[in-house]
Amino acid sequence: MTSFGTLLNDLINETVQTSLCHFAPELALSATVLALLLLRLFGSVDRWIPPYFTTLVGSLVALGLCGSQLLDLLNGSQEPGPFFTGLLVFDHFGAFVRGLLALFLVLVVALTVLTGIPDREDGPDFYTLMLGSTIGMMIMASANHMLMFFVGIEMASVPGYVMVGFLKGNRKSSEAAFKYVVYGAGAAGVMLYGISLLTGILGTASLPDMASHLAIVLGDGGGAGSAEGRTVLLAVLMVFVGLAFKLSLVPFHFWCPDVFEGASAEVAAFLSVASKGAAFALLVRFCLALVGPTPEAYPEFLTGIGLGLGAIAAVTVTFGNLAAYSQTNVKRLLAYSTIAHAGFMLMAVSALVVVMAKGSTIEGFDAAEAARMCVEGLLFYLFVYLFMNLGAFAVIALLRNQTFSEEIDSFNGVGWQAPALCSCMVVCLFSLVGLPPFGGFWGKLVIFMSLFNIGSNVHWFMWVLLVVGGANTVFSLFYYIKILKAMFMKEPLENARTVEIPSTISNYALLIALPVLLLGLFPTWTTSLAHGVATWLIP
Amino acid sequence: MDNILSLSALIFMPTIGALALALLFNNKAVEAMRVFTVVITAITFVMTLSLWSNFDPNETGIQPVVDGVNGVSVEWIGTWNIHYRLGYDGISLPLVVLTSFISMLAAMASWSINKLHKGYFILFLLLETGMLGVFLALDFFLFYVFWEVMLLPMYFLIGVWGGPRREYAAIKFFLYTLAGSVLMLIAMLMFYFGGGNEFNILTLTAIGQGKVPGLHFDEFTQITAFILLFIGFAIKVPCFPFHTWLPDAHVEAPTPISMILAGVLLKMGGYGILRIAFPICPVGAQYAAYTLVAIGVISIVYGGFAALAQTDFKRMVAYSSVSHMGYVILGMGVWKITADNGIMVTAGRDYWLMGMNGAMFQMIAHGVSSAGMFFMVGVIYDRVHHRDLNQFGGLFGLMPLYSGLAAGIFFAGLGLPGLCGFIGEVFVVLSTWNFSPVLAIVAASGVIITAGYILWTLQRVYLGSEYKGPHADEITPMNAREATIAITLLVMAVVLGVYPNLMFDVMNGSMAELVDGMDAGLRAAQQSGVSITAVPTP
Repeated sequence: MTSFGTLLNDLINETVQTSLCHFAPELALSATVLALLLLRLFGSVDRWIPPYFTTLVGSLVALGLCGSQLLDLLNGSQEPGPFFTGLLVFDHFGAFVRGLLALFLVLVVALTVLTGIPDREDGPDFYTLMLGSTIGMMIMASANHMLMFFVGIEMASVPGYVMVGFLKGNRKSSEAAFKYVVYGAGAAGVMLYGISLLTGILGTASLPDMASHLAIVLGDGGGAGSAEGRTVLLAVLMVFVGLAFKLSLVPFHFWCPDVFEGASAEVAAFLSVASKGAAFALLVRFCLALVGPTPEAYPEFLTGIGLGLGAIAAVTVTFGNLAAYSQTNVKRLLAYSTIAHAGFMLMAVSALVVVMAKGSTIEGFDAAEAARMCVEGLLFYLFVYLFMNLGAFAVIALLRNQTFSEEIDSFNGVGWQAPALCSCMVVCLFSLVGLPPFGGFWGKLVIFMSLFNIGSNVHWFMWVLLVVGGANTVFSLFYYIKILKAMFMKEPLENARTVEIPSTISNYALLIALPVLLLGLFPTWTTSLAHGVATWLIP
Repeated sequence: MDNILSLSALIFMPTIGALALALLFNNKAVEAMRVFTVVITAITFVMTLSLWSNFDPNETGIQPVVDGVNGVSVEWIGTWNIHYRLGYDGISLPLVVLTSFISMLAAMASWSINKLHKGYFILFLLLETGMLGVFLALDFFLFYVFWEVMLLPMYFLIGVWGGPRREYAAIKFFLYTLAGSVLMLIAMLMFYFGGGNEFNILTLTAIGQGKVPGLHFDEFTQITAFILLFIGFAIKVPCFPFHTWLPDAHVEAPTPISMILAGVLLKMGGYGILRIAFPICPVGAQYAAYTLVAIGVISIVYGGFAALAQTDFKRMVAYSSVSHMGYVILGMGVWKITADNGIMVTAGRDYWLMGMNGAMFQMIAHGVSSAGMFFMVGVIYDRVHHRDLNQFGGLFGLMPLYSGLAAGIFFAGLGLPGLCGFIGEVFVVLSTWNFSPVLAIVAASGVIITAGYILWTLQRVYLGSEYKGPHADEITPMNAREATIAITLLVMAVVLGVYPNLMFDVMNGSMAELVDGMDAGLRAAQQSGVSITAVPTP
C-alpha cells in the first residue's frame, strides 16, 4: 500500500510542481474560456466587460507566460523535459511555437474587435471556440505521445469546423463547414488507423521511444521490404494523411479553397496561420521521432520518407500557384496561396529528414548544422508568415466591411482611397512573393539555402526542389499582383461607394505590416532565436 | 564610420525625401511636391559630384580606402556573414553620377504627370534610392536587395502612370526581371557555399581569380554561375533574345520614367556583368566570350532593323536602345586568348581593355543620349498626344528650338563624331577587329542601320513643309523648364564627345585592374587543372 501511496504522492508532486507550471499558458486560456462562459450568466457583468476584452486579457497573459517560459529555457533557469508523465514535452521548440500561437491569437482577437465579427451576442461563443482551438494547437506543438498527437489535432479541428460555419445565415459558410467536417472526419479516421497500426507494431506510442523500436523492427526483419517494414510504412503514410489534411497539402487540399471562401476572413486567417503552424510543429516532432538517435540503422526508409515529402511539396507548391491564377475571389486566391506556402515550408521538412537520414555518414559535412538550418528556416518562415498572411486577410476583412464584397473587382481603385491600408497590403503581398526587403524573402532564402546545401552534399533531389521553388516564386508574383493591380491601377467600379478607413484601423494594419518590413531589414534577432531553438531540438 | 555615413546619406537621401513627402505634404500641394522632388534630386546630384571630386584616379581598387581596407562596411546579418558594404571605383562612380544626373532631369520632366502626384513622387524617390544602392553596394547580398527594391516602385510607376497598355507592360517588366533575379539568387548561393560562406564581392572576386589560398571556384561552378548571372543581367541590359519586355515597358512608361529606364536601369545589367559576373567567373566569361560577342552583334543589327520598322516614335527609340546596348555586350566580350608556354593567356590585352572602356563609355553615352531622345519624344507627345511617326512633319518651323536640340540629341544617338555616341561605338568596333574581323564588319555596318533610322525619323518628324497630324493648334514652343533639360543633356553629349577623357581618366585604372585580374584568374584556373581551349573566331 505504501508503494501505491508514494506513487500517488510522486504523481501529485510532479503534476503540481512541474507539469502545471509548464502547462500554464494553456491553463490561462482555459481559465479565459471559463470566465467567458460564466460571465454571461451574470447579465450585467457581461455588459460592462465585453467578451473580447476578457479574451484579449487571457491571451495576453498566455503570451506573457509563453514568452517567459522561452526566456527561462534560453537562459537555463528552467530545464527542458517531458511532463504529465511523458505525454507532453517542454522544450524550446514547443515554447517558441506556443508563443507564436499566443501572439497570433492576440492579433486575431484585436482584428475581430475592429471588424465586428462576431457581434456582442455571439462573442463568448466565438471566442470560446477560438481559445479552445488554440489550446488544441498548443498541445499539438508540445505533443510527446501519439495519444496527445491525436487529441491535439482533434481539439484544434473541431472548434475550427464550428468557426467556419459561424456566419449562420450564409449558405456558403454552412456548406464550407460541412465540407470541412466531412474531410476532417475522414482524415482523422485514416490517421487514427495509422496511429493504431504504428503503435501496435512498434509496441510504444511514446515519440522518444519510437526510433529505437523502429530500429528493431526494420533492422531485424531485413529492412523496409519485410512485412513489418511495409506495415510501418503504411502506418506512417496514414499518419501523414492526417497531417497533410491540416496542412492542406495536395492531394488533401480540396477543402481549403471552399472553406476559406465560405468562412469569414478572420477565421480564414486563423486557420491559415495558427493551424498550419501547429501542424508543422507536430510534423517536425513526428519526423524527428522517426529519425531518432540512430538513423544510420535504416537510412533508406528515412530517405524514402524525406523524398516523398519533397515530391508532395513540389506538387503542392506548383498546384497551389497555378490554381490561384484563375481565381476572382480574394479569399479563394489566398487559400491557394496558403497551399503553395505550405508546400514551401514542407520543403524544409523534407530536407530535414533527408539530411538526418544520411548526412552524418558524409565526411566533411556538418549534417547537424544543415538540419538545424532547415528548422531555422521553417521557424522563421512561420514567424513571418504569421504577420504577412494575417496582414493580407486583415486588409481584406477591413475592406470587406466597406465594400461588402470579397471579389477582386470590388477592390478596384481603393488603393488611392485608403493609401495607408493598401500600402500594408503591398508590403504583405510582396512579402508573400518573397521579395526583399520584406521578411518573407528571408524565410524563403533560408529554406533555399538549406536545399542548396543539402542538394549539393546529400541528395540531388533537393536541387530539383530548389529549382521548383525558384520557378514558383516567379509564378506566384503573377496572381498576387492581380490584387495590387485592382487596388492601384483600375478605375473604381461604377456605383461603388468610396472607401473611408478610420485611422485606428489603418494603424492596426500598419502594426501588422511593420514587423514584416522590420523582419526583412533586421532578421538577425529572429534568425538567431530560431537557430537557438533548432540547436536544442537537434543537438 | 564617417565614410559609411556619408555614402548611406547619399543612398538614402531620396528615401528621406520620400518620407517627408508622405508625412508633410498635402495631396493638393502639387507644385510644392514637384519642386521639393527636384530639390531632393539636385541635392543628391551635388552629393555624387562631391564623390567625383574626391575620387583618386590612381587608386584602381575600391574607394574609399580606410586603414588599407577597400570599401566601408558594417555587419548586417552576422549569422550568414552578410555585411552592409559600400564603395565605388572607376566602374561604378560614373554610373552613380549618371544616376543622380538623370534622376534630377527626370524629376524636372515630371511636370507632365497629371494624377496622383504624391504617390508618384514618393515612388520616384524610392526608385532613386534603389538605383544608387545597386551601384554602391559591394556585398552581393546587399546588391541583390537593392536590385529587388528598385523593382517595386518601377512596377507601380509604369503600371499606374503609364499609357493604355500599362498593366501588361508593368507586369511583363516585373516578371522578366524577377525571373532574372531568381537565377542570380541561385548563383549567389553557389558562391556562398563554394567560397567559404562569403558574400563580399571583393573576396569572391579574389577567390574567383585564384588569389585566395585553399579556395577556388571549380570549372563547373564558374561556368554555371556565369551563365545564370549573365541571363539575369542580360534581361536587364537587355540584349537579344531577352529584350522583349523593353519596347513595351518603354512605350507605356510616362516620359520621366522612360528616361530613367533607358538612362539608368539598363546600365544595371552591364554594371552587374562588370562587377559580378566577369570578375568572379573569369573561366565562365572566357567560356562564353564568343557567345557574348555574337549576342552583342545580333542585338546591334536586330535592334537596328527593328527600330527601322517602327511607326511609333517611342518604340523606335526603345529599339534603338537594344541596338546601342548591344555595343556594351560586344565590347565586354572581346576577350581573345592564345597559347603561351602551354597555357592560354590573353592575346592583345590592350585591345580588350579598349573594348571594355568603350563598353563602359557607351553605357554613359547611351544614358545621356537615350534619356534625351525619350525626353524629346515626351515633349512633342505632351502637345499632340500621339506618337505616330507618319503623322508628324514640319516641326522645325513650329518649334525651332525644340527641333534644333532634338536634332543634336538624335545625332548623339547616331554616333556622329564630336558627340558622345561616337566614342563608345568606335572603341568597341576597333577592339572587335582583334577578336573577330567578320563580326567587326557586321557590327560596324550596324552604324549604317542606325544612321538609317535616325535620319529617316528626323526627316519624318522635323522636316517637311507642314505638320499633318492631329492637335496642330496645340503645338507651342518649348518652355524654359523643358529647354533647360534638353540643353543640359545636349551639353553633356557634346562634352563627352569632345573630351572623352573626362570619363576615361576615371574608369581606365579600375578597368585595367579588372582585365588583368581576369587574365590572372584564367591562368590560376589552368594551373589548378582546368583546360581552356580557344574558340576559333573568324
